[in-house]
Amino acid sequence: MAEPMKIRAKLEGDVLDVRVLMAHPMETGQRKDGAGNLVPLHFIQTITAQLNGKPVFQADTSQAISRNPVFGFRLKGAKAGDKLSITWTDNKGDKRTDEIVVGAA
Amino acid sequence: MTRALALCAAAAFIAALPVPPAAGQSKPPAVERDATTEEFEKFRAVLEADNPAELFEVKGEELWKTPRGPKNASLAACDLGLGPGVVKGAYVQLPRYFADTGKVMDAERRIVHCMVTLQGFDAAALAKQPFSTETRTPDPVALTTFVAGQSRGMKIAPPQSLPQERAAFALGREIFFYRAGSYDFSCASCHGEDGKRIRTQQLPNLTRPEQAIRGYQGWPGYRMTGGVMHTLQWRLNDCFRQQRFPEPEYLSDSLTALLTYLAVNAKGQVYKGPGIKR
Amino acid sequence: MTELSRRTALKRTGALAATAIAAGWLRPGAALAEWNKGAFESKTVADALKHLKIATPADTKDIVIRAPDIAENGAVVPIEIQSNIPGTKSMVVLLEKNPFPYAANFDFAQGAALPFVALRVKMGETSNVRVVVTTADGKFFTAAKEVKVTIGGCGG
Repeated sequence: MAEPMKIRAKLEGDVLDVRVLMAHPMETGQRKDGAGNLVPLHFIQTITAQLNGKPVFQADTSQAISRNPVFGFRLKGAKAGDKLSITWTDNKGDKRTDEIVVGAA
Repeated sequence: MTRALALCAAAAFIAALPVPPAAGQSKPPAVERDATTEEFEKFRAVLEADNPAELFEVKGEELWKTPRGPKNASLAACDLGLGPGVVKGAYVQLPRYFADTGKVMDAERRIVHCMVTLQGFDAAALAKQPFSTETRTPDPVALTTFVAGQSRGMKIAPPQSLPQERAAFALGREIFFYRAGSYDFSCASCHGEDGKRIRTQQLPNLTRPEQAIRGYQGWPGYRMTGGVMHTLQWRLNDCFRQQRFPEPEYLSDSLTALLTYLAVNAKGQVYKGPGIKR
Repeated sequence: MTELSRRTALKRTGALAATAIAAGWLRPGAALAEWNKGAFESKTVADALKHLKIATPADTKDIVIRAPDIAENGAVVPIEIQSNIPGTKSMVVLLEKNPFPYAANFDFAQGAALPFVALRVKMGETSNVRVVVTTADGKFFTAAKEVKVTIGGCGG
């Protein structure tokens, strides 16, 4: 079961500054475990963000993104009470969605 | 590879250049931050603002509140020194003496004590593989991270009112300066003088109050290398390894004594909570 | 995959694509759920750009890349990118000396997302971080910043 993301969203006027911290090993497929075996490729491939159900931001990512990734993006036209939803999917088909309600500026 | 080595050599050379004392100053000069350290500091705030350590704080809180172990109990009754179940502010007031064990104990040691006595977990099993790997974070590590986070923004204030607490400080100081091992190192070899470094990292002089905080701040810390969460029990163990000392026993009196020495030296400084380390 | 489930999958993808097109920001020639394997497995910047269908981008000072001159740890290099090019629709990030240079693509819904992104990447050695911006009218622009990656410290 994928672990929850931590989403921070700060409203400045009508611009929402979003930072999201995701729990994911982002394995490159190059790392060897304690027994000397290669740990298979396991990484987030797609991230989508929706504001009030409308897709506003999307990322396609590789295993070159750091472990336990952090991303930042900025949304225009946001206001308090808006619902921000972020979803990631990885190369194994796992996915995780977390939502927050935007607080006042 | 050659370019990287040349860069390190250059950085080491620059760090070794003497810094002239500021004219008319009676206070000891502030530690010079070389160009490399300045660059790291610029982005440190960015990294700290969204710190993967938070994920482990969340995990630790869950472990604290959930009934677990053979006794199917949570850690709600765990006394970290401020009374049963009081977590806020406890980390910065450790290490301290506990009457129920007759020992001075540091945070992780006390947490494990609670896991054993309240939840029925086996102490030997917890001591077997106590440090995080890329694939496994032991429960005491997540718990210590949670507990430490609950002292965020508070002043470091380990008590020194009892003779046992003062004895721990004295023992810690003795260990800090104790030279041994195949390299005849002590902690002080790296951390007892100004201006020391290992490659790109400047090493704090932990005997000076204003620099002692740099050894204490940021632990428990999320290490970018490997993406693992580590506590001070790990950090001291790794220092012993780097000093070519025998491995210290997890949660032992000597480590508690050293932690007491470090915490007391950093007394009065504000603890920022779990950090991020290279 | 059975015929029934394949049709369901296609219908679902179609529905998603329709939603995205209706939202007015789907990038041309790619389904919402498609991940550009060819680009991500390219071993050179040139190959990656070919797979991304990006023609020679023009150098610009209007892409601002904030990244450390020297990374404290190559495993976590923090980067912030701001595009001041009007009509910025997407940004591609390439780590030139990485075994697979193409690291990420970001799409910004016009009018809803500002052309800004912060990310943290793994860099194996000193290299340029290269950004390529695609505008709504199909033009390409690029800028780069070097990040030095060195042997580290002691982990303290």
